[in-house]
Amino acid sequence: MSTITTQSGKSADGNSLRVMQNSDDTLCLLLAGNWSIQHDSADAISVLQRLQDEKITSVVFDVRELTGWDSALITFLLKVLDRCRQRTISVDTSGLPSGVQRLLALATAIPERSGARRTATHEPFLDRVGKQTLDLIDSSRDILTFLGEVTVAFGRLITGRARFPTSEFLSILKACGIDALPIVSLISMLVGLILAFVGAVQLSMFGAQIYVASLVAVAMVRVMGAIMTGIIMAGRTGAAFSAEIGTMQVNEEIDALQTMGISPMEFLVLPRMLALVIMMPLLCVYANLMGILGGFIVGVGMLDLTFTEYYQMTIQSVPLSNLWIGLFQGAVFGVIVALAGCMRGMQCGRSASSVGTATTSAVVTSIISIVIATAIITVVCNVLGI
Amino acid sequence: MSAPEPHIRVEDLTMAYGSFVLQSDLTFTINRSDIFIIMGGSGCGKSTLLRHLVGLKAPAKGRILYGQTDFWEADLEERDSLMRRMGILYQSGALWSSMTLAENIALPLQEYTRLDPSDIRDIVALKLSLVGLAGFEDYYPSEISGGMKKRAGLARAMALDPEILCFDEPSAGLDPPSARQLDELILELRDSLGSTIVVVTHELASIFAIGNNSVFLDPDTKTMIAGGNPKQLLQETKDPKVRAFLTRGEA
Repeated sequence: MSTITTQSGKSADGNSLRVMQNSDDTLCLLLAGNWSIQHDSADAISVLQRLQDEKITSVVFDVRELTGWDSALITFLLKVLDRCRQRTISVDTSGLPSGVQRLLALATAIPERSGARRTATHEPFLDRVGKQTLDLIDSSRDILTFLGEVTVAFGRLITGRARFPTSEFLSILKACGIDALPIVSLISMLVGLILAFVGAVQLSMFGAQIYVASLVAVAMVRVMGAIMTGIIMAGRTGAAFSAEIGTMQVNEEIDALQTMGISPMEFLVLPRMLALVIMMPLLCVYANLMGILGGFIVGVGMLDLTFTEYYQMTIQSVPLSNLWIGLFQGAVFGVIVALAGCMRGMQCGRSASSVGTATTSAVVTSIISIVIATAIITVVCNVLGI
Repeated sequence: MSAPEPHIRVEDLTMAYGSFVLQSDLTFTINRSDIFIIMGGSGCGKSTLLRHLVGLKAPAKGRILYGQTDFWEADLEERDSLMRRMGILYQSGALWSSMTLAENIALPLQEYTRLDPSDIRDIVALKLSLVGLAGFEDYYPSEISGGMKKRAGLARAMALDPEILCFDEPSAGLDPPSARQLDELILELRDSLGSTIVVVTHELASIFAIGNNSVFLDPDTKTMIAGGNPKQLLQETKDPKVRAFLTRGEA
C-alpha cells in the first residue's frame, strides 16, 4: 500500500489531500481540512496523474477529517469525475457529504448542449480583410439608406406633410444654440489668441505686427471659426443626439413610435437636423467675433497696436466673401454633425454598451467628415478662385 | 355566439435574422375578439413573432394577412393605416421618456385625429383612469414605478381604440396581484371593446386565465408544435414538450 500526501500547508486551516491506494485497483482520496475558495487549495494535479495508472478501476472518498467545503471542493471533484469518465474508472461518491453529492448531481444532470460553447476561432488574415470589406459595403449602404430617408422626410416637410412637436424643436434649438455659447466663447477666443501669438513671433521679426490682425481675422472667419464650432458641436450636441436616440432605441421607444405610424425620421431626426442647421451658422458668426477678440487682446495688449489700427486692419483684410464661405461651411458642418449623431443613434443596438459605441462612433464620424468636408470646400474655393 | 371571423392570418411564415432562421413554417389564424397567446420556451422567437405581427419586421418568407390585406404587399399609406389600428404594450412600457404621461397618450391622438386640445385632454384622462392612473397626467415616466409604467403604456396603446392590442410579456416584473389585475383588465378590454388581443407570455396562470387560442413555438425544431385553446391543449396534448411547459414540468 502506497501513500502520497500533498498538502497546501500555507495556512493553518488550509485543506489537505492524501491519496491512498487501498488495493491494486482502488484509489482512496482522503480529503481533510477546510476546502474553501478562501484558502489555497491542494494540488489536484498529482491525483489526476495517479489516475493515469492503468490498473486503477475505482475511486472512493474518505471525508472524516473534512471540516468545511464550498465550490473549491466541487470544482476539484468535477475535474476528478471528468478524468475518471474518460478512463472509465468507476467513482463511488457515497463517501462524500450529502450536500456535495447533490451539487455534483445537479452540475452533471444536464449535459452540455452541443454547439453551445463558443470556441475561439482564429480567422486567416485574408478572411478578415474580406469580411471587413463586405462590412464596409454594408455600412455604406446603411449611410445611403439613411440619407435617402432623411431626404424623403425633408421633402415631406417642405410639402407640409411632415409634422413634429414644436415644443420639442424649441428645446433642441436652445440646447444646441444658447446652451453652447459658453464653450464656443472660450474655445474660439483661445484659438484667436493662439493664432495671434504664433503669428506675432514671426511677423514682428519683419516689424509687421499689424498683420496679426489680418491673420487672425482671415483665419477665423474663413475656416477656423467654422471648424472649431463644428468640432465642439460634434462632441457636445452630436454625442447628445446619438445617446438620446440610442437610449430610445434600447427602451423600444422608437418601435413604439413606428407602431403608432409616426416616422422616427420626421419626429426625431428632422427637428434635430433643422435646429443644428439653423444654429451652426449663427454660432460661427459668434465664434468669429470671439476669435477676433482673442487676437485683439494679444495685438493691443502685447504688440502695442492701437484699437483703431487693429480694427481698421481687420475690416480691410476680410472680404465679405470669406464670411459667406465660413457660414456655408458652418451650415454644412451642422448637417454633418446632426446626420452622424442621428444616424448612429438610430443604428444603435439594444444594450447599454451599444449606446456608448453609438456615441463614440457619432463623434468620430462627425470629426472625420468635418475635416474631409473642409478639405473639399477649400479645394473647390481655390479652383473657383474665391 | 356567431362563428369566429378570422382577423389575422399567418401563412407559412419564416422568421430570420440574416441567415439565422429563428422559426419557420408558422401557419395559424387569430380570430376577431380572440385572446391569442404566443408561448414557448425562452429564446424561441415569441417577441420576434410579435414584431412580425405588428409590422415592425418583414417576414423572410410567407404572408401575414389582416382581414383580406397582405401587410407587406400593401402600399405605405395602407400599411400606416393598418398599423394605426394596432396598439402594442412593450415589455418595459417604452413610454417616450422626454414626455409626460399625458403627452405620451396625447401624441397619437394629435397625429391622427382632428380633436381639439380640450377633447384630447378628456380622452387622456379617461384612458389613464381606465388603467387606474387617474391624476398622473403630469408625471414623467422616470417618476413612476415599473407596474405603473406598464399600465401607462397600456393607456397609450389604447389611445386610438385599436382593433388589435398586443402585449409583450405583460406580467413580467409585476407582483402577483398586479399581474392578476392586468389580466382582468385585458379580459375587460376584450369584452367591452371587442378588441383582438395577442399576448406573448410564459406566465402559466395568465395563459389559462385569459387565453382562448394559442400557438406554441419550439426552439429545437424551430417551428410551431401546438396550437389552440390552452385549457384544451393541456388536456389533449400528447407532445411531452408542450405538456412539460403547461404543467411546469411536473407531469
